[in-house]
Amino acid sequence: MNRRKLTIAVTGLNNIDSPGPGVPVIRGLRESDEFDLRIIGLAYENLEPGIYLHDVVDKSYLLPLPSAGIESLFERIEYINSIENIDVIIPNFDAELFPMIKLEPRLAEIGIKCFLPTLEQFEERHKANLPEYGKKYNVKVPESTAINSYSELKKLSEEFEFPMLVKGKYYEAYTAYNEEQAGMYFNKLANKWGLPVIIQEFVTGTEVNVIALGDGKGNTIAAVPMRKQYITDKGKAWGGITLDDKKMLELTEHIMKSTKWRGGMELEIIKTKKNEYYIIEINPRIPAWVYLAVGAGQNIPEALVKLALGIETKPYESYQVGKMFIRYSWDHICDIQEFEKLTTFGEL
Amino acid sequence: MEKLKYERPIINKINLGIPNKFGTKPKFEPITQIDGVPVQILAEKFGSPVMVISEKKIKETYKEAKRAFTTRYPKVQFAWSYKTNYLDAVCRIFHKMGSWAEVVSGFEYDKALSNGMPGNQIIFNGPDKSLKDLEKAVINKSYIHIDHFDELYDLIEIAEKLDEKPKVAIRINMNTGIYPIWDKFGFNLENGDAWNAINKIMISGKLDLVGLHTHIGTFINTVEPYGVATTKLMDLVIRINEKFHTLIKYIDLGGGFASTNTLRGSYLQGSDTCPSFDAYAEAITNSIINSGMDIENLPMLILESGRALIDEAGSIVGSVIANKRLADGRRSMIIDVGVNILFTAFWYDHLINPGQSFSYNSEETTIYGPLCMNIDCIRPNMQFPVLKKGDLIVISKIGAYNMTQWMQFITMRPNVVLIDLQGQTHVIRQNETLETITSLELIPDYLKS
Amino acid sequence: MKIKSNLAISESGFVFDPETGDSFTLNFTGKDILNQINQGISLNDIQKNILEKYDVESDSLEMNFYDFISMLKHFNILHENE
Repeated sequence: MNRRKLTIAVTGLNNIDSPGPGVPVIRGLRESDEFDLRIIGLAYENLEPGIYLHDVVDKSYLLPLPSAGIESLFERIEYINSIENIDVIIPNFDAELFPMIKLEPRLAEIGIKCFLPTLEQFEERHKANLPEYGKKYNVKVPESTAINSYSELKKLSEEFEFPMLVKGKYYEAYTAYNEEQAGMYFNKLANKWGLPVIIQEFVTGTEVNVIALGDGKGNTIAAVPMRKQYITDKGKAWGGITLDDKKMLELTEHIMKSTKWRGGMELEIIKTKKNEYYIIEINPRIPAWVYLAVGAGQNIPEALVKLALGIETKPYESYQVGKMFIRYSWDHICDIQEFEKLTTFGEL
Repeated sequence: MEKLKYERPIINKINLGIPNKFGTKPKFEPITQIDGVPVQILAEKFGSPVMVISEKKIKETYKEAKRAFTTRYPKVQFAWSYKTNYLDAVCRIFHKMGSWAEVVSGFEYDKALSNGMPGNQIIFNGPDKSLKDLEKAVINKSYIHIDHFDELYDLIEIAEKLDEKPKVAIRINMNTGIYPIWDKFGFNLENGDAWNAINKIMISGKLDLVGLHTHIGTFINTVEPYGVATTKLMDLVIRINEKFHTLIKYIDLGGGFASTNTLRGSYLQGSDTCPSFDAYAEAITNSIINSGMDIENLPMLILESGRALIDEAGSIVGSVIANKRLADGRRSMIIDVGVNILFTAFWYDHLINPGQSFSYNSEETTIYGPLCMNIDCIRPNMQFPVLKKGDLIVISKIGAYNMTQWMQFITMRPNVVLIDLQGQTHVIRQNETLETITSLELIPDYLKS
Repeated sequence: MKIKSNLAISESGFVFDPETGDSFTLNFTGKDILNQINQGISLNDIQKNILEKYDVESDSLEMNFYDFISMLKHFNILHENE
């Protein structure tokens, strides 16, 4: 079969103990029957493992940090595009979504497609806006408040019971068991990710997740529910299994339909003992465990590329229940010359 | 043989995991001129540091704001917020373009009069208006925005005494979903104070209630709260019309629009996150148009934007005093611009660029001002190219609040220079001298000898 | 003054210290100076060479040079003569 040639750029090559989704996304893409791909890795840090895995990426480039501003990011992508002629970019970090959404029309002008949520969709599912989101779309969410100062935290500790969750604007969450801990985490997260910091009620139950892909018109193109079987001390899944849970799929379809979500998504859900489903977080992108969905029969990265290119994409209707993933780490060996090339020239 | 271009020798340790070089493009561009005037000349002619205001940028920004609002809603009036920058030349640029004056003290009120503003184009805000101020404003037929009940009663008395019917608005504070709620000012909407004040005014018959005013906060980075505030004001306009058959002539949404500066503690750049005038205008005007008020009776919209209109028009040209190594090997650079003239350094990560071409390599640098105080830090930590003593730097987007909140401390305040549309420079505030300061001082006789 | 033995300085200005595993980048001038130190040229002579070769005043070179040398010491690349 003659496969269509494409160049896809992917970020999030930080396949470390708290992994980015880049490498599993690429593995999914590499298994595509329809496309013959050249993969460009885009990295922010010089030790992102994906950069050095030459069977994963064909070439890598360093990008300026999101905090350098949209203009530097666009200039860098423009430069990379002048060499590589990129068809689609798949950004995989939360923190880069805001600039990428803003850049989407300008990227389209230079021939690069993305498939991202709209700014409104992106903003309204934000951790800080979760309570309103719950009301608007009629889904259960835990109590939460966004705070901008330490003094607000003091006031809040009277309203909220401990333990409480303290969450960073983009990443990281900690469970605080007393006021001192909450204060410590507040400062840590505010310094790292900026304000606000989110204080969330601690709902007890089993954490379950859904990976999904929306076509922007209300259709669910792909959806696979999973339960983490083993969680590392960083709260990341080290093993997981696909579930047969109709209610989770219904909840996902309800959200996709009512928000007309465009792009990849991960729902983090707590299923309580009373069989209630609380959405604790909505990640506006493909999660790192995407390769489980690929293994269970839904190649979400491939479907996302098709949507980005405007190719008609039929919803996946089934997946294999009981498929498991067990994450493993792997010591990749390379020479310092590769590192030198990357750090001095910004590409490898 | 021609000599090679010199670059200061640099060695940087590669921080593992932390990106540093992105390729061959420099991260910084030098700012060598402002509106065609070389920064070198500005520094030579007017000293370093020197504050510079671009008339071109003021006009561009004002026109952009005006376009955004007037293309969506026909009745729009801007009023220049004096406290943001009350240098007379700056005020007059705004007045010439059609801005009224928005003042918050007797001092600012007199300044507006001296800038040729007719009384009926001055909006008098703020919690501190003396009886004398109020009388003057009543006689001049200015718009007085009542802040509290004490002021309301004062005005009723003055109206009787002068046999005038003062034109008033009330300032209202409300919950628009942002924090903190600015409840220091005006009457609260949710607890009924605002409605109570309106009733007192209407029933007194002594005051002419022409407007409703709110000012929801400062540096508001999202537009939705403005939509909420406008809807709440419009609901009141309708309620007043229903109960008293009185048409409110204007609603005043105050200011608070963000500028493109980056707030400290913000991960993303201000220029990326700052809403456009179009976005603010869309939120505000939609709420007016979609209110239940009939079209021909819709009120005028007044805006008191300050920061968003002037911040980008101001720059400081300064120079490097010294470079130092801190104990931990980090570089620090001392410049001649301190927090006493750059107050906004406390809440912005100000944009700083070299004022001449420079070597591409940069280092993690702490930038300090010249004052003998540890808090005199302009940027705690930024990647900055290595500059030499005497090299120029340009700090951009400093037009708002610095020229009003600055203080004379340890050194004298510098010249402020306006660059007009033809690229001519004009000193609009002279640098202070020893005499400026001592002329106000008196020495008791016994200390004279 | 002596550069740590077995330090690897590449054409691109990349420096690898095999003893500590640290790596560094140099700009063009920095690389030039480090190479000269490596050749055993005295600091005074290096300054003279740089003055001849580059368009720079001796005052500002002296300050930059001193700062650069102190950074090399800070990174343990340069040692006092032994």
